[in-house]
Formats: sequence, C-alpha cells, structure tokens
Amino acid sequence: MTRQHLAFTLNGRQVETLVEPRELLIHVLREELGQTGTHIGCETSHCGACTVDLDGISVKSCTILAVQAQGSDVMTVEGLAKNGELHPVQEGFMQEHGLQCGFCTPGMMMRAYRLLQENPNPTEAEIRWGMAGNLCRCTGYQNIIKSVQYAARKLQSAKEG
Amino acid sequence: MIPGHFAYHAPASVEEVITLLGQYGDEASVLAGGHSLLPMMKLRFAEPAHLIDINRIPVLRGIRETQGVIHIGAMTTESELIASALLNEKCPLIPEAARVIADPQVRNRGTLGGDVANGDPSNDHPAVMMALDALLVLRGPRGERVVSANGFYQGTYLTQREADELLIEIRIPTPPPGTGQAYCKLKRKTGDYATAAAAVVLQLDGTRCRKAGIALTNVAPTPLRADAAERVLEGKVIDEDLIEQAAVQAMAICDPAEDLRGDAEYRTHMAGEMTRRAIRLALQRVQGKSP
Repeated sequence: MTRQHLAFTLNGRQVETLVEPRELLIHVLREELGQTGTHIGCETSHCGACTVDLDGISVKSCTILAVQAQGSDVMTVEGLAKNGELHPVQEGFMQEHGLQCGFCTPGMMMRAYRLLQENPNPTEAEIRWGMAGNLCRCTGYQNIIKSVQYAARKLQSAKEG
Repeated sequence: MIPGHFAYHAPASVEEVITLLGQYGDEASVLAGGHSLLPMMKLRFAEPAHLIDINRIPVLRGIRETQGVIHIGAMTTESELIASALLNEKCPLIPEAARVIADPQVRNRGTLGGDVANGDPSNDHPAVMMALDALLVLRGPRGERVVSANGFYQGTYLTQREADELLIEIRIPTPPPGTGQAYCKLKRKTGDYATAAAAVVLQLDGTRCRKAGIALTNVAPTPLRADAAERVLEGKVIDEDLIEQAAVQAMAICDPAEDLRGDAEYRTHMAGEMTRRAIRLALQRVQGKSP
C-alpha cells in the first residue's frame, strides 16, 4: 500500500514522515518520530494513556489516524517542560505523588494541561469530570486530583505574580 | 491493533463527498469522529475499501436557529453541543444527553451526526432526536431529502440512509415555552453505554400536558418511541399514578439484549425507572417543583 507524506507541528517543531493511511497517530508518534513518552494502553479509546493535544483539544491518539493530523499542531508530554524546567502540571504530579507505576501519567498530565486551560480554577468535582477519560490502574486517583489542584494553584499564582 | 488497508480520501466539500459516495457506495465508509468506526476497523468488523474523512468540511459544523428551527451541522462535536449557549437555553435536552456520553477526549471528536446516523441502538442521541421530533437532512447523488428521526431506525445498524447518502444536518423544531425536558441514563461507569435510558419532552398548557415525547435508548434492536406511554400523559394533569402507567407502557415495548449490563428483565425494569425519573424531572423543570 502506498505511503503518504505527512507533515505537522510536534511540540513546536515541524516534522514530516511517510505513513500508510491505516497507521494510528500513536504509532507514528512512537515508532516513526521516536516520541515514546505517549503510552499505548488499551488501544480501544477507553484508558486515555495515549492522550495528546491536537489543535488545542485533548484527544486519544489511538483513535485518530495519523493522516488526520496533516497540518495540525500536536503536543505530547515531551512538550511540557520548557528550558529544562518542569511544567507546573509535572511539578504537581511530583510533589503530590500523583503517580505510582507511572504508566497512565503522560496521558493524565496532558489531559490536566488542557483541562486547566479550559477551566483554570476547577472545583474537585470539575477535575473528576474533566479527567474522567483517563484511567489509573494503580487507582491513585486521590493524589492525581491533588496534583491537578497543585498545578492549578501554581499556574494561577504565576498569572497573578 | 491496526485497521486493514483502505484508500483514504479527505474531501474539502460536501459535493466531493457525494461524488465519492456515488463512486464507491457500499465499498466506502464515512469517517466522522471515528470513535465507533475506527475501533470496528481495528477489530476488522469493518473493512471499508475507501474511507471518506469528512473532518475537513467546516460547513458541516455549527449550531444556529432560524424561524423556529434549530439547525445542527452533522459534524458538530459532543463538546460543542455541551458548550452551546443556544442549546442550553432553548433545547437543554441535547447538551444533557451529550454530557453522559463517553468522556472528555471522546466527546471532543465524537459528533452528533455520527451518533445519529450510526444505527447502533446504544447511541444516546437517536432517542433524544425521536423525542424532539427531529428531522434529518440526507444528501446523495439523487439530491437532498429530509426524513423524520421517527422511522429512521429500522434495525441494528440499519437506517433509512442509503449507502451513497450523507447526513449533513439535524433540524429540531425549537421547543415552545412551557416545555420540560430530561434525559435519564443508567450506566455502570464513565464511557459505558446505557443499561437503559429515557428521553422525555413534555409540553404543558398550564398544568395540563399538551404533548409528550418519550423515547428509549438501548433496550431493543433500535431506539424506541414509547407512543403508548405518551398517550397516557397527553391531555392530562400528570400525577404519580399517570407516571406509573406511562412507565408500564414504556416497559411493555422493551426487548433488550442480555449482556454484561444485565438480563432482559433487569434492563426492562431499568427502562421503566428511567422513564419515571425523566418524566418527574422534566415536569419539575417546567413547573419549578416536584409532582
């Protein structure tokens, strides 16, 4: 089957590669572009481990064809830290013990990153509703909520600061 | 899991989609949000030779109201339905149903048109559209036709849409003042389909129910319009006795599959309970109090 040319922005950098139409975005990110931070969990759009940012919305990259990202702006967990400094969401997960085995963490952080732009000051209930598409097999939800709250506070104080 | 081979098409206009559908018909599948189709393709339950991606056609998105009719583009996402000020004010039943579908990421991609046209009885919007008397606009090589949501669903994955037609828009008569609506869905967890769900639309004339729309999700091979339950309420002042009679009528038409969500008896009972709750809630919303 012929491969198609695919070009998009990944974490602020222009990337291009050749893909078959049937290849999923998650596979191209990990296998063609070497960005293995995004994890493959269930591959059925339930678990959210593969969550990335696509043109400013959270999506599950196991349920999008790579060719659908043509010309798009994609951000993965590799794009969170800037100049060697952790993003407040990453800092929150570290400070509040928001991970145990760490498998769900890239997807959790990418969803939290977008959630806090959609709603910078969420209530606990809003965080739970907004993070409902991400599963943690270690069931460490309590600390994940605290991590998001930490990041919200930090982002708010940076804005005011 | 990777889908089988297919030729990928990303047309920029509805006209191009119609041409492609005319060319490939049965061989083609239309890719909307993709959260039903892509999983089916990964499992090889669906193996279209041609995939027509309609995500790059802006005219298929958006919500507007003209002359007492709400028009919703087929590619409007669940997240956009939830965020719509127009719908939250004039037809809150639609965002209410969207909020209990899947999860945030899936709702960012999943579309109203995909949910309505798919023909899966576990989709939530079909019952909502039936209760609202929505019209579906289909366009194909032979032109455009408008069909009612009531009658559109003929069997599981079997609808009035022909293989070469595209659902482009959903039209809902703007509910008049004095309308109460509710969608009550029982599900086991986030992302699950309904064990049973009921959509209820009540138009009141003072204290009397002028018109009722009641439809059920996932308790038969198709979504169900519960006409007999509607007739129990219409023309009357709704009280708990009538709500019970309506629930009994709703349960009488259920024919649910037995699955991990429960056996037929349980799911039928839950359809009755969702009907009771949705009638009470719709009434409470329009009257500002419980019956």
